[in-house]
Amino acid sequence: MSLFVPNRYRGKLIVVEGIDGSGKSTQLSLLSHWLRSQGFAVAFSEWNSSPLVRETTRRGKKKEMFTPTTFSLIHCTDFADRMESYILPLVKAGAIVCADRYSYTAFARDVARGVSRRWVRNLYRFAIHPNLAFYFRVPLDVALGRILGGRDAIKYYEAGMDLGLARDVEESFRIFQGRILDEYEAMAEEMGFHIIDATQSIEEQQRRMRDIVMSEIGDDPKNGILHAPEGGEFHAQPGTAPIL
Amino acid sequence: MRSREPLQFYSEPLPGVDVSELQGKLIVIEGPDAVGRSTQITLLHQWLEQEGHAVLDTGMARSALAGKGIKMAKEGNTLGPITMTLFYTTDFADRLENEIVPALRAGFVVLIDRYIFSIMARATARGENRRWIEQVAGFALKPHAVLYLRTEVEHLVSRVVLGRGAFDYWESGMDLRFGPDMYESFVRYQKKLIQALDTMVEPYEFTVIDASQPVPKIFRELQRQVSRLRLRRMPTARPPARKARG
Repeated sequence: MSLFVPNRYRGKLIVVEGIDGSGKSTQLSLLSHWLRSQGFAVAFSEWNSSPLVRETTRRGKKKEMFTPTTFSLIHCTDFADRMESYILPLVKAGAIVCADRYSYTAFARDVARGVSRRWVRNLYRFAIHPNLAFYFRVPLDVALGRILGGRDAIKYYEAGMDLGLARDVEESFRIFQGRILDEYEAMAEEMGFHIIDATQSIEEQQRRMRDIVMSEIGDDPKNGILHAPEGGEFHAQPGTAPIL
Repeated sequence: MRSREPLQFYSEPLPGVDVSELQGKLIVIEGPDAVGRSTQITLLHQWLEQEGHAVLDTGMARSALAGKGIKMAKEGNTLGPITMTLFYTTDFADRLENEIVPALRAGFVVLIDRYIFSIMARATARGENRRWIEQVAGFALKPHAVLYLRTEVEHLVSRVVLGRGAFDYWESGMDLRFGPDMYESFVRYQKKLIQALDTMVEPYEFTVIDASQPVPKIFRELQRQVSRLRLRRMPTARPPARKARG
């Protein structure tokens, strides 16, 4: 049984994956701005952002109500809403949809939380197959250095505190992220990830991404992707849904 | 109807649950909308308590985690079929882990108004893959009994019109866009649900109860089925509270 639904539509789906602190969001942001400047219709979808489901997730996290199973299910519910009402219609319409995290996040994170691998993979079987999945490979210590250095306090579930791995939040985060990293590495080949060395300079990583994206899109003007008329930039304002 | 000891999961064990600890009985009432499930559950609940059993009853969209979110999502017009299936499955999982399993550990009789079968029926009525949803819901416990209140759609229609006096948007499957007429849509949608439930009778060992009969007659039949489970008499206890976490 195949993992995803094949993308038989005009548009493209590009996703980025990696542990926290791998720099994937920065890279996806640079890529999507660049694609937009090339005149493509670009849409953006972030993990955990469905307006229908967000409130439930927020409450569950705040009150620490989740088990590994319900944590997995609510994130998939969120994903399903974005898939049904946003990603799929836009890909059908010919947009390039850029997703910050995709099903692979659940495959890595939920399994690291103790959920069955077979079950979580079946859960996401309605998802469309990305045209490109970039995996930002980074050593654990580098990623931890980026996260622990700057940001606000690490949250309860981010640190995997629900698993009782350690009493100290940072220590728990370290162990949990390590497990997630192991899961990513274990699936990298099977999933056909395009691996980006996330220890390289931002510019170098971006150059690699753009090369790979261009060879996927091709330069055939009849490739079906929604494109602004020659020379023009796609007319949409950042921050306005659905097409940014 | 066989009584299974101990309880088992369908295909996927729930992390952290030892089935040998589950002492209680799990009884599911299934059936389409407006068939009279809640009336019968109220009667069964009272009867079982009078017999000295501790009873927990629970039903769809009543979880502390997702109940409110589902109600809010259904007020809008953007809830897609897969999202709906997964939202209800989240709701079910939360109740299973935080209410049903603790009650079974404590030896309760757990009466459930609609189980995974209604979620599955709604999903397949909306064209989703049956195998997919069966595996998604595979962490459910196999009930000791699934009592399926079955009737024809004409009977449901008369119950809705004489009872509530109006058709409901979701019970009419209006999201399937069969057309603007709620009555016609109700008939088509409920037929699909009944068909979907019918296909589960054998694989999931439903006991079919003719729900076109008068309420007392249906109740007597349900009592007869429940009696066959040979429930132990338990001292009445309070339902275990949701585990508090700090």
